[in-house]
Amino acid sequence: MRKPKVIVLSGYGLNCEEETKFAFDIAGAKTDIVHINDLIDKTYSLKNYQVIAIPGGFSYGDDTGSGNAYALKLKNHLWEDILNFIEKDTLVIGICNGFQILVRLGIFANVALTHNTKPRYLNRWVDLEITNDSPWLSRIDKLSLPIAHGEGRFYASKQVLDKLTTKKMIALEYVKGEMCQYQNLQANPNGSMRNIAGITDETGRILGLMPHPERGMFFSQRPDFPLLKEKYLRERRKLPETVDGIKIFQNAVNYFR
Amino acid sequence: MITRIEISSIDSDFITVYTIDKKLSSQQISQIADILTNPVSQKASINKQSKTNKFLYAYEIGFLPGVTDNIANTSKEIIEDKLKNKFRPGEGVYSSKLFFATSKPDSSKLINPLIQRIHIKSKKDYLKNKGMDKIVPKVNLSGKLKVDLVDLNVSDEELTEIGKSGIKDKNGTRRGPLALDLTYMKTIAKYFKKHKRKPTDVELESIAQTWSEHCKHTIFADPIDEIKEGLFKTYIKGATVKINKPFCVSVFTDNSGAIEFDKDYLITHKVETHNSPSALDPFGGAITGIVGVNRDAIGFGLGAKPIVNTYGFCFAPPALDKKVILYKDKNLSNKMLPPLKILQGVVDGVNSGGNCSGIPTTQGFLVFDNRFAGKPLVFVGTVGLIPKNAYRKKAQKGDYIVMVGGRVGQDGIHGATFSSEALDSGSPATAVQIGDPITQKKLSDALIKEARKLNLYNSITDNGAGGLSCSVAEMAKECGGCIVELDKVPLKYPGLEPWKIWISESQERMTLAVPAKEWKKFYNLMRKRGVEATVIGEFNDSGRCVVDYKGKRVMDIDMQFLHYGLPKRPMKTVKDDVVLKEPKLAKVNNLTSVLNNMLSRLNICGYEFISKQYDHEVQASSVLKPLAGKRRINTEVTAVRPRLDSNKAVILSQGILPFYSDIDTYHMASSSIDTAIRNVVAAGGDPNTIALLDNFCWCSSNDSYRLYQLKQAAKACSDYSLLYKTPFISGKDSMFNDFKGYDKQGKPIKISIPPTLLISSICVIDNYLKVVSIDVKFPGDLVYILGDTYNELGASEYFSMLGYIGNCVPKIDAIKNRKLYNQFYKAVKNNLVASAISVGRGGFGVALAKTAMSGNLGMDISLGKLPGKFTRDEFALFSESQGRTIATVAPQNKKMFEKLFKGLSIALIGKVTSNKNIIINVGKKKIVDLSLQTALKSYKSNFKNL
Repeated sequence: MRKPKVIVLSGYGLNCEEETKFAFDIAGAKTDIVHINDLIDKTYSLKNYQVIAIPGGFSYGDDTGSGNAYALKLKNHLWEDILNFIEKDTLVIGICNGFQILVRLGIFANVALTHNTKPRYLNRWVDLEITNDSPWLSRIDKLSLPIAHGEGRFYASKQVLDKLTTKKMIALEYVKGEMCQYQNLQANPNGSMRNIAGITDETGRILGLMPHPERGMFFSQRPDFPLLKEKYLRERRKLPETVDGIKIFQNAVNYFR
Repeated sequence: MITRIEISSIDSDFITVYTIDKKLSSQQISQIADILTNPVSQKASINKQSKTNKFLYAYEIGFLPGVTDNIANTSKEIIEDKLKNKFRPGEGVYSSKLFFATSKPDSSKLINPLIQRIHIKSKKDYLKNKGMDKIVPKVNLSGKLKVDLVDLNVSDEELTEIGKSGIKDKNGTRRGPLALDLTYMKTIAKYFKKHKRKPTDVELESIAQTWSEHCKHTIFADPIDEIKEGLFKTYIKGATVKINKPFCVSVFTDNSGAIEFDKDYLITHKVETHNSPSALDPFGGAITGIVGVNRDAIGFGLGAKPIVNTYGFCFAPPALDKKVILYKDKNLSNKMLPPLKILQGVVDGVNSGGNCSGIPTTQGFLVFDNRFAGKPLVFVGTVGLIPKNAYRKKAQKGDYIVMVGGRVGQDGIHGATFSSEALDSGSPATAVQIGDPITQKKLSDALIKEARKLNLYNSITDNGAGGLSCSVAEMAKECGGCIVELDKVPLKYPGLEPWKIWISESQERMTLAVPAKEWKKFYNLMRKRGVEATVIGEFNDSGRCVVDYKGKRVMDIDMQFLHYGLPKRPMKTVKDDVVLKEPKLAKVNNLTSVLNNMLSRLNICGYEFISKQYDHEVQASSVLKPLAGKRRINTEVTAVRPRLDSNKAVILSQGILPFYSDIDTYHMASSSIDTAIRNVVAAGGDPNTIALLDNFCWCSSNDSYRLYQLKQAAKACSDYSLLYKTPFISGKDSMFNDFKGYDKQGKPIKISIPPTLLISSICVIDNYLKVVSIDVKFPGDLVYILGDTYNELGASEYFSMLGYIGNCVPKIDAIKNRKLYNQFYKAVKNNLVASAISVGRGGFGVALAKTAMSGNLGMDISLGKLPGKFTRDEFALFSESQGRTIATVAPQNKKMFEKLFKGLSIALIGKVTSNKNIIINVGKKKIVDLSLQTALKSYKSNFKNL
């Protein structure tokens, strides 16, 4: 079977490109990491890909607002190409800083990712409920992933929130699930309105989310891995290699099969 | 033309101000406001005051001229990209923050005057002037760009003064410390007399950098008593050579030490300190510390990829703020920052540096002692990964000397020489600077992810202490000489004097040796990645280090003298025979509440606020996290899987016990080594492949007693490294952690840190799934203690809580311990260990509580079964005897587990229970009954508002 081609953007402080490529590759894709300047000077072209992934990181150090400077660079140099790309039957994902970039590009609606209620960088695990039928999220109802951000508080006016709801654009919500139980944590880590952790465009093909699926794809990445390992050993069960997070990347691959 | 754009935001209580000094059309200005504003959450106002609510004062905080302003730099870049119009020399963008207050702002609490400026207006003035003033903090240097000759044919007094306070300018002011003593100054004077000329200021400053304690580590290198070869060669490197482990691939030669990861890769590690800068500007000091030590990975071989950051902070307790106020000067105008402010700044600095760089910060610790009030200790480390075929490097004759990354400014002048001395009122403000992690990230990615694979350079090193003067001269050793054209070095602003260009420690720069034929390719790659690269000279084999400036020779010294000309200064040590007494203690009745109090001690309690603000999961490599189990208990050991396509994992830990130095530095050092090793073993590490790093932070190292303590600690490093067969692979020292200032009555005061040794441990294991965590897993599991307990409470946390030091400091039986550790590793390999925690600060009681809280399960323990010899229940609970680990084991594994330890000191002491209490019995008497809930509350009682 032909492998779908994924482009993972890099440069200017994005920093999760290698593990994001790894996730797509083990899910069955053929992935290239491409520096934004190599797209701008046409060494690479979006035309040759079916999936764009903007990974997590700290593009431009969050200066002038997270995602802003990188989004401007995309807008100033690659806007036409991006519009052409998303018009086709393609997929786009923005993870964490990648989500912030998509938001600043104005891909979704008038929404913002502002400073967490406690204005400090926060790395912890969250539980998520899937609330729309984006192809990125099929076969998943609930999953647990880590977040790591300072500006992840989802914000929009009431009208916009209502529009997101009616158009089924809200994709992931923070809920109190197994990991919050395990670590005794609140569901909503950053004060996001309506517990929103991720949204899609109206087609569901463009997904932006604050949690990191590539950091929750291996069994050993979970905080409860030592406990589960001991449990499985005693039950003489085989230790799983991957867990929920990988499904998001597999869904992207399956979409093109 | 100056434009002022103020941006208010729904999610912040201040207004972000951009001051743009550039000719712009009104259309351009509104375009700029657009791109700087989030349309959903922010509002911009251009050249007019923002709307405000009730206030009485407005104040604006910005940077002083020349201080790194990252927000401004990014703004400038996006403005240029948007307008397709470059800023001209002299034009610029400056960022600041505008606040509104209802009471008069106290600037001493709001800013650090070394790097920031503040402007305050009353409401009346604010309204009258229609807002704040437009201020452009541009650097205007009027420095004369010529090179001075320095007369060294002067009295010994004057030579001493030049060495201490610096070269004298025409107006009588001194340029700042050279940190060269009379012996060194005389040697330099003699050298130039022989060559019948006076040295230039460039030459003298350059020698001072190269010969600084910071760079040459003379205290570890020079003869001390009967040890002619010095402490480093004899004790530290000496042990590594004797142990001769094949997994050590590169030790004590490069920017980091390296051990084998697998057949294709090496793992590197390096730990640095950034104490002096952090005392002056905690944020700037810590961020430059962490991004600086990242460059020790990037500068290892042809460039290792940073895969983990480590940290460790020694602070004065925050509550000391109210009691002790220190001043740097006699007039009491220059106040030392209070401990809480230092803590917050340092924590923030590592947050910013580590998170922005995409390197997981997993492993760390906090230590508190009043004596860190004058100088905090800020340890920062970086682990790297590099292919085996890229660890050798050698600059070749004819290679271009290329500087890449940031530009040079007057920030970071005299960092190396300043940190080689005690902190006092003469400490230079210019030694302070702020890091720019994104500039470094671009540089690091371009080199390690691209240029290295293309073989575009022959050698690389970091620009750290001493700047170009050290990096170029150091690399020139590889081929035998160099010539530099100083006026080619790109500057942040014009007017920088030549000697400053040469020694400035401006951050985010590397020096490379690029073959002439690869230059074009290299330059184009860097340009495409937004990284500035400039040829500043050429490597050669002339045997000389030559520097020109605007066609004139300003430095010409033979390499031999520059690197090896410094005379040896033999040291003598003197033993101090003070014997401390054990305290006479009354019987303790309520051990439940004592244990509970212990859990809230600063040296024991949790510091989740740090662990969760440091991204420890980036790179998707996390295996053992800094917070463990159901109730998020801070661990002393972490593990990562740096290659996602490999099963190998790297386990990291640290041992640091400066408290014991009050009694004996030999046992302080040996305990730190045992702790660092045992922590790794408890997590599943192989005791036979552990490597160590040493970081000595000493005080008053010109005092013969302190030197005696140092010699003892170094001897312990050698003894225990040999006994445990754990080689040292890298190390660093910082020898003058003293504060000389004044108390609030104006009385002179000297505060010296307790002699401190950080031992960092690192171990590669074959299978990441074999790691063991500290949380107990299931009710009914058996609880074992490994190792003996003695009445060893000297300088323990328990005695400290009672206000005593005592005398019986823990002593290590390494031969016995090694047997235990080896058997434990076998147990781990056979999946027999459900949880394990090494017993550390606070002793058995504290470790037991942590492992129980972490698993959120109770314990039922018989204290009398502890092997060893102790005379009281509370001694058994809180003794800090080393070599001990608490492990839990599934009942079905009992036989196999016990068989492995036949004849060794272990005991089954109880069970994990489903009730939520920690119960400790002596015979039939219950001496501790502490609920997990109460214990957790104490454990998490500190740092609540951080």
